[in-house]
Amino acid sequence: MTKKQKKVLYRIIIAAVLMIALYFVPAEGYLRFALYLVPYLIIGYDILRKAALGILHGEVFDENFLMAVATVGAMLLGVYNEANGMEGEFAEGVAVMLFYQIGELFQAVAVGKSRRNISALMDIRPDYANVEDEAGNLEQVDPEDVETGTVIVVQPGEKIPIDGIVAEGHSTLNTSALTGESVPRDVAAGEEVISGCVNLSGLLRIRTTREFGESTVSKILDLVENSSMKKARAENFITKFARYYTPAVCYSALALAVIPSVVNLIMGNPANWSTWIIRALTFLVISCPCALVISIPLSFFGGIGGASACGILVKGSNYLETLAKTKYVVFDKTGTLTKGVFQVTEVKAAPEFEKAVESGSLKGILTDRTEAGDKLLELAAYAESYSNHPISKSLKEAYGEEVDKAQVSDVEEISGHGVKAQVSGHEVAAGNFRLMESLGIERRESRETGTTVHVAVDGMYAGYVLISDVVKEQSREAIASLKAAGVKKTVMLTGDGKIAARNVAAMLGVDEYKSELLPADKVAAVEELLAQKAPRENLAFVGDGINDAPVLSRADIGVAMGALGSDAAIEAADIVLMDDNPMKLALAMRISRKCLRIVYENIIFALAVKAVCLILGAFGIANMWIAIFADVGVMVLAVLNAVRCLNVKRGLA
Amino acid sequence: MKKTYKIEVDCANCALKMEEAAKKVEGVQGATVSFMTQKMKVEFAEGADEKAVMCSVRRACKKVEDDCEIFLE
Repeated sequence: MTKKQKKVLYRIIIAAVLMIALYFVPAEGYLRFALYLVPYLIIGYDILRKAALGILHGEVFDENFLMAVATVGAMLLGVYNEANGMEGEFAEGVAVMLFYQIGELFQAVAVGKSRRNISALMDIRPDYANVEDEAGNLEQVDPEDVETGTVIVVQPGEKIPIDGIVAEGHSTLNTSALTGESVPRDVAAGEEVISGCVNLSGLLRIRTTREFGESTVSKILDLVENSSMKKARAENFITKFARYYTPAVCYSALALAVIPSVVNLIMGNPANWSTWIIRALTFLVISCPCALVISIPLSFFGGIGGASACGILVKGSNYLETLAKTKYVVFDKTGTLTKGVFQVTEVKAAPEFEKAVESGSLKGILTDRTEAGDKLLELAAYAESYSNHPISKSLKEAYGEEVDKAQVSDVEEISGHGVKAQVSGHEVAAGNFRLMESLGIERRESRETGTTVHVAVDGMYAGYVLISDVVKEQSREAIASLKAAGVKKTVMLTGDGKIAARNVAAMLGVDEYKSELLPADKVAAVEELLAQKAPRENLAFVGDGINDAPVLSRADIGVAMGALGSDAAIEAADIVLMDDNPMKLALAMRISRKCLRIVYENIIFALAVKAVCLILGAFGIANMWIAIFADVGVMVLAVLNAVRCLNVKRGLA
Repeated sequence: MKKTYKIEVDCANCALKMEEAAKKVEGVQGATVSFMTQKMKVEFAEGADEKAVMCSVRRACKKVEDDCEIFLE
């Protein structure tokens, strides 16, 4: 509890004690009124003051005004009754104010607590950075004061405060604050590290490459803090609603107080002013819109906070809302469903080549590898050794040994075909089927998908090496769980050939694929899908954040994946998945659905209770106590419900 | 020029009122108040005197919401 809240608590206790005491005091008439005025002013002076200030500043219709009018009205009614020789009722006005304050206090504590919970969940802000002075002593400084290029020291258990490159030391890092995944990452000297990770084991010296304000951790915090400022439609609805609602109830209350009595007078019946004024006051108390105004932003904030704890950054409540209604999900294949790294997945030597290797006729070429497949890979790696193409890189990687470039000569690159080179005195050709055709060599095809590199030695077909982009283990499951979450159609976009695309699509279970797309075609493909969908259904585009900014912004909602350390992706997307697990998308969707469900629950629940109580109040069935429940009780329940948004079932392997 | 200030405000509706009030102050290009993070972000107009503007922002906010606070460093 803050100081302010404690003060309110004391006032509540004093007023309650006084009220109980007054119940036993046998005072009569105006003395009784004066005595009741003491607890009333103790508990309500600030409300009365705020209401008066509000009227002075032209901000008439707020909750303070409602409460002030209701309680002052109740007190005056008591005085009126006294004046007419009846016994006045003063306890009710004090009680209403008392219970209103109890409710306000409870709600302030609950909101403050959940606000702090959510903030703590997202608190990855480093408090200090260690800088070494000349004597070798560590000094803690504000990370904002550290200049780029300074060497900072991060001890085990500390957060890395600023992005940089490891200058000395090796350790394992816990990235869970950023990604929600607890798989530790090893780092050694020369590697880049990102702020926000926790150093687990060894001492690290890091040369900073950015200022604190430009570091990953600051950017993420900035993004999350600003997220509640992009308001969802539901939030805007409530704001607008409150603008019309409060004056509307005030006028209705006024009408309720005046019209029936006047009608009674005209009809010649007794006016019954006091009954109708009490009903009007009850009506006012019920109508307070606080439950909605407070619980809805809190729900969204909880949802965003819960998501960010799982490594899902949502840039605004509006995106949470859009995501919940997403029916189409379009994936850019590379980097989202696949790892985006090319690897040798198959090596197949031709029988002739196997025989040649066995017979030893190729002995003496390069190393003395004797297994046909290994030899094939070796020849391919040598032939391609002068190329910087990703394919040649993956060949070299698979080969695993240093290539002795002195053995390679007369390299001839044939664009769109492959290479021919002299390797240790033998003519080696490596390339696609066109190269083989142009050399008049018969080839075999792989049944698997990917890029095939055929190899021929001295005019003889030696076999092929298959290189493909590896599909992520979770991709298939991710597609299935998106479907389970109610996505109508999943589409895969790729620049790959038709056959490769079809195979991957079938393997992952996506509904549709579009192949052989150039980057510009992807925008067109997304636009085509946007034109097909129904207006209330949303389309999400998932990319790796590299080169797909136009598509990310064209879709209803852009999701960037594997964004750890990629600023471009964080900038361009609406939702950022920090690690590269596609399952996170389905999780994000579940979170958004849950959050929206809670928001609607609260809207409907609060409005329904209020509507029922308003009607009961107008007919005089509901008294002040029910009115207090309709106001404060509903608010507390709505806040408690909103806090549920924070609980995210991980449900991830 | 954008700057973020720590604030203290008790309810979401009050935060909204503060935001509206701050936007109307001369020298303020845009303002957003986040109740959840208890922060106010102010974008100043070209050549505005930040300190003077924030003083009037604080006054304007106090006017609409009596017990709010903006911490000016």
